[in-house]
Amino acid sequence: MQGVVQKNIGDKIFDLFIYVFMTVVAIVTLYPFLNVLAISFNDSVDTVRGGLTIYPREFTLKNYETIFGFEGLVTGFKNSVIRTVVGTAIGVVAASMMAYTLSRPDFQARRWMSVMFALTMYFSGGLIPGFLLMKHLGLIGTFSVYIIPALLSVWNVFVIRSYIDGLPYALQESAKIDGASDWTIFWRIIFPLCQPVLATVALFIAVGHWNSWFDTYLFNNRSPENTTLQFELMKVLLSTQTGSDYRDPNAQQAMAAVSPESIKMAITIVVTVPILLVYPFLQKYFVKGMTLGAVKS
Amino acid sequence: MKSLTAATPEAGSTLKRNRFWIKAFQQRYLYMMSLPFVVWIFVFSYVPIWGWLTAFQNYKPKDSILDQEWVGFDNFIELFQDERFYLVLRNTLAMSTMGLLVGFTVPVIFALLLNEMKGQFFKRSVQTISYLPHFVSWVVVAGLVYKMLSTDGGAVNQLLMWLNIIDQPIQFMAKGNLFWGIVTASDLWKEVGWNSIIFLAAMAGIDPELYEASTVDGAGRFRKMWHITLPGIRTTFMVLFILSIGHLISIGFEKQFLLGNPLVSDYSEVSDLYALKYGIQMSRYSYGTAIGIVNSIVSILLVFIANGIYKRVTKETVI
Repeated sequence: MQGVVQKNIGDKIFDLFIYVFMTVVAIVTLYPFLNVLAISFNDSVDTVRGGLTIYPREFTLKNYETIFGFEGLVTGFKNSVIRTVVGTAIGVVAASMMAYTLSRPDFQARRWMSVMFALTMYFSGGLIPGFLLMKHLGLIGTFSVYIIPALLSVWNVFVIRSYIDGLPYALQESAKIDGASDWTIFWRIIFPLCQPVLATVALFIAVGHWNSWFDTYLFNNRSPENTTLQFELMKVLLSTQTGSDYRDPNAQQAMAAVSPESIKMAITIVVTVPILLVYPFLQKYFVKGMTLGAVKS
Repeated sequence: MKSLTAATPEAGSTLKRNRFWIKAFQQRYLYMMSLPFVVWIFVFSYVPIWGWLTAFQNYKPKDSILDQEWVGFDNFIELFQDERFYLVLRNTLAMSTMGLLVGFTVPVIFALLLNEMKGQFFKRSVQTISYLPHFVSWVVVAGLVYKMLSTDGGAVNQLLMWLNIIDQPIQFMAKGNLFWGIVTASDLWKEVGWNSIIFLAAMAGIDPELYEASTVDGAGRFRKMWHITLPGIRTTFMVLFILSIGHLISIGFEKQFLLGNPLVSDYSEVSDLYALKYGIQMSRYSYGTAIGIVNSIVSILLVFIANGIYKRVTKETVI
């Protein structure tokens, strides 16, 4: 349809402007990551000279060797991976199960359950009552504080439900006539059919788990065995900003030897790369998922 | 006769009750699938509301919530007499308003320009790159921001020096008056691509015939953008905008916590951080809860005001 009208000069300038603008956006977005990547692979003494851009001047793996000697970081990495995998698996199953029951028009308890879930999207107890609840439940200082309170996201339940609503109900009815129980219908029919939306939801949950640091700060800052990667990075970042020392004596020594800058950048890369590896594969799903959300809400 | 009429409704209700239980038995798997989560949501979303009572008490963790000393509105009175509270409220509203304005206009412009691009490969690449920061944590972003704005070798200072705009590196992170701008800009950097997805989707849904008709009528590119594309995403825009006004005061505190430092705390402290500091770090649970309640009330008021204005203007309602 654009071809109908001859392009004039103004259009060409505008096209050029868009291309230049988008190139600038791409550079501004990517540069910080590439810069950090370059520093993380650069010799730390050389880094102090400054002027590094997007490639290392004196390539070395020393920075990474050093940080993988930090006990906190290794534990944090392990915990982050476990909580992401376990949390995502449980979260997806839980949200889809709940969504399925709420989507069943003949389910007796559907209405009051829907209301009960929907209401929580509009209000919450807030920071302090939430903290006190965790305290009373004895979840502080445990690994389960990452999994149990984050078990379900109401928003995800509603996203999956609207997807199930879009599936033909006749599928469930014919299965029922064949003698399938509600349990079988869910596992054998609904769950496999929901794959695209479940992939989107899984990505959101996984990103949430991987990136979360505040729950570690609030509930587990006195139990080093439950530390997470993001929390470790946060400690390193804040310690060098304010001048106070990073607590791990191992780390202190290493930082004196290497340079806190290189350490920070290497940890940043370790924290960032896993999530960036996942997202291009799921991109087609989440764009669709977001669109779905937009139409429904 | 009398006994018969009396018996019928009773029989009817037992029959009804029986039917309920029969149905419940038939749907036992549905109950098994949902009841654990109902219990879960009751515990984790409804029980904390009960915790609001602590705001009217002098809460001591060792006793149950019902055995506390009741102090009425004392915590609220203290809160409203604290000058720091107004500073915190100012910071919260300032940063969220800035975020709201920039965080809506820029993604719309970005989506509009992307929508005008014809090279599919380039367009896809820019989109993919622009989503990237959304997936990294605020901890990482804060680290990047510190790196980019640092005085020795930070990219921003170097660029400004190279362009001869400044001749001394600026200590960005130590200047309170720059903090709001830095937070807003970092947030924009992180979310612009992601927030544009929804507008791009809305633009994709506009009927192509509208464009064809306007081409026939001799409309240029900008006229089409102004008279077709922008009105086409108006509903999506307004719904999202009103909903975010509701979150105006609950902007969270991650960015402020991670980017802030003692030098800029007069500008960086927001209400949740304030609640965190008093409520948890100083163990003044009742006072912290009172802060949370005031927050929620302001938040609800803002939604109603926004919705009221919207209703006046468009005769429609969002909530």
